[in-house]
Amino acid sequence: MTRLANPFPGGDPLFNHGLDLTVIGFVIVKTLIVFGLLLVSVLLYIWFMRKVIADMQNRIGPDQAGPFGILQTLADGIKLFFKEHSTPARADRPVYLLAPFVSALAAFLAFAIVPFGGIARLGTHTTFLQLADPPVGVLWLLAMSGIGVYGVMLAGWSSGSKYPLLGSVRASAQVLSYEAAMGLSIVGVLVHTGTLSTRGIVLQQTWQNWHSFVSQWLWLPAIGAFVIFLIAATAETNHPPFDFSEAEEELAGGYHIEYGGIRFAIFYLAEFMNMITMSAIAVTLFLGGPSGPKLGFLNQGGWVNVWIVPVFWFLLKLWVVLYATVWLRASLPRLRYDLLMDLGWKVLIEAAFLWAMVTGVIVVGQDQHWNLWIVTPAAAVAALLVYGFLMMCVPGKRELEDIR
Amino acid sequence: MSDRTRASDQEEQRLEHQTDEGAQALARRSEVVSGGPWPENDETMIINMGPQHPSTHGVLRVMLELDGETILRSKPVIGYLHTGMEKTGEELTYVQGATNVTRMDYLAPLSNELVFSMAVERLLDLEIPPRAVWIRMMLVELQRMASHLLFQATNGMDVGAVSMMVYGWRERELTLRFLETITGLRMNHNFIRPGGVAADLPDGWRADLDELCTLVERGVRDYSALLSENPIFLERLVGIGTITTEEAIARGITGPILRATGFPWDLRKAQPYLAYDDVDFDVVYGSHGDCYDRFNIRLNEILQSVNIVRQCADGLPAGDYRVQDRKVTPPPRARIDESMEALIHHFKLFTEGFRVPAGETYVAIESPRGEIGCYLVADGTGKPVRLHIRGPSFYNLQGIEPMTSGALISDAVATISSIDPIMGEADR
Repeated sequence: MTRLANPFPGGDPLFNHGLDLTVIGFVIVKTLIVFGLLLVSVLLYIWFMRKVIADMQNRIGPDQAGPFGILQTLADGIKLFFKEHSTPARADRPVYLLAPFVSALAAFLAFAIVPFGGIARLGTHTTFLQLADPPVGVLWLLAMSGIGVYGVMLAGWSSGSKYPLLGSVRASAQVLSYEAAMGLSIVGVLVHTGTLSTRGIVLQQTWQNWHSFVSQWLWLPAIGAFVIFLIAATAETNHPPFDFSEAEEELAGGYHIEYGGIRFAIFYLAEFMNMITMSAIAVTLFLGGPSGPKLGFLNQGGWVNVWIVPVFWFLLKLWVVLYATVWLRASLPRLRYDLLMDLGWKVLIEAAFLWAMVTGVIVVGQDQHWNLWIVTPAAAVAALLVYGFLMMCVPGKRELEDIR
Repeated sequence: MSDRTRASDQEEQRLEHQTDEGAQALARRSEVVSGGPWPENDETMIINMGPQHPSTHGVLRVMLELDGETILRSKPVIGYLHTGMEKTGEELTYVQGATNVTRMDYLAPLSNELVFSMAVERLLDLEIPPRAVWIRMMLVELQRMASHLLFQATNGMDVGAVSMMVYGWRERELTLRFLETITGLRMNHNFIRPGGVAADLPDGWRADLDELCTLVERGVRDYSALLSENPIFLERLVGIGTITTEEAIARGITGPILRATGFPWDLRKAQPYLAYDDVDFDVVYGSHGDCYDRFNIRLNEILQSVNIVRQCADGLPAGDYRVQDRKVTPPPRARIDESMEALIHHFKLFTEGFRVPAGETYVAIESPRGEIGCYLVADGTGKPVRLHIRGPSFYNLQGIEPMTSGALISDAVATISSIDPIMGEADR
């Protein structure tokens, strides 16, 4: 891919003329819109998931509340809101009450960095369709998804009961092993884009012609990182086939067994918000975010092409990824907990690391005009050798038994 | 030593003997009420899986002693569905008996009825007309299909493949619907009775049966495509919950679990009953004794049952569907209006039943879960002195301990699922 110039080197142009009341008002309105958008997406996603899975399973799915049962999630939410809430006698009360909110807050904050459209002009102000574009963008995502698991962990630990405890232990171990793989897979993208800002990453993947789909969007240049990211993100969000911390059939619900009413609903909400956020991040990092072909018969700078089309492309890509998550949920059995740990520590982290190394060599080679036909295979062979060496250090099953 | 000390010593010894291995003392009342701290310095944790747990198939309770997630010891605790059906059987006439036993293994009620009826018939020394024999054989094979289809559903669900659950239920529902057209009920049919079956096959049963067989075969192909080679599914089942032939036999384990260990023991071949001599089928057996072999055996047994059902339908002889002995089976409804004798027979049969000569017998057949046996003692009156059912689930559950020791919680779930216990039958 070719590296493109960033037309907004200073970040969000909203803040170019200093901070005044209008700007603050803009930020507040944007926050409310993003929050509302996320909530509506969750409602729609749960309905969509239930409908699609129902279709895959020869069922009808929700069809009572509203047209096509689209209000079913809202009805469930209202019901849960009015249900009685109880705290187990052995619970650590403050932590127990706080945990769901930690989960939900982190899930929402992570979404703040997702660019879901192009640029909006209102009066004299120009702004990104994105809540925040910090220069550390992607690191913010990693931080927030790390904090999100605290909600799950604290919930299980503070419930004062055994099954939730097992669930929370599983969740923390799982996140520990997948955070690393996910971070390293993102490195594979950052080497290409040269920036951490999500807006910057999206601008690198701008649509120029049909060729951009494979040359400019990063899913193909960073295919290894893409695959690793998808697996790690699925594990990170406790989505089937990696939903060990809930594991209905094993732990009977895991960390949220003791929760009921609105707090249970908030866990549920946080889980699905996380899923949407991770899908949106996947779209941002690998599928070009809001970029896509514009409507040629309209004015290139007109409001339809600037406002609506990018948002449409973003939502389309988001729902394609979300459909894939539903597909996983409907078709795959659950992996076993220790096998997932093996996969994370012994395969994904090494693979992501080596992919980042090889990508680095290729990018530097392009800059320095080295002969890529020699450099690339050499780097790949070196990477495989390193991987083989690392694998030799991992004790095999028989050796482990000897140690015991 | 004073009397009092000796008494308290004895008391202590008595308590010690009562507390068996794996039992758990109740926490002190003060701790429970105040929510006191968990015991410290505890290396292991004891958790109860069940009796209310989504994957313990009803009300099985398994006590697990865990080190982390590794199971050190496990102990099945049964009795939560005890309904005293064997005792109830002593209070019911032989005519009512089939209604009682059909409720034990509620996923294979026809097998229960069959084994009870065969025991009664052996005591009566009664020869059953061939048509009744073949109808019975067809019905229990349909029942085996239904039961194994449900196993596919629950096994899939227990390892997390939720769609599999719906697919399995779908084909099972078709089978039950067909059984309903024959017997009038989806479950607890009371259709196989001492002396034959309750009614002849209805009009148009053959077309329905052919359609059902085609659909079930297609369903089995679908399950196989969905799961048999799915890497995650293999990871979850291959080499999990293994048991050796010797251990299985020592614990009285029968059915698919025994066959999975590489021991092709099937009562339909080993001690042929009904007309299993006259139909052509294979005994499916495995070699590893693990969860995957059990899954695969049941999957293939569905196809074998479809095969047998087709042969039954083709070879169904003409004739009576029950013995024409008015002391055992009721007269046709129309005769009651015309014949005084028929009315008396009908009345006597449904008030006090028929008398069975004194004696005892044990009859065993192959139910979907293994050897189901009926031990019956008669004293010449209209009610049995003793009725005992050898429920295969009860014996198979004893495999939990060797199968799960050293495994993880997820493996325990897969193992319990692959044992396919029916608690109604284990507890009776």
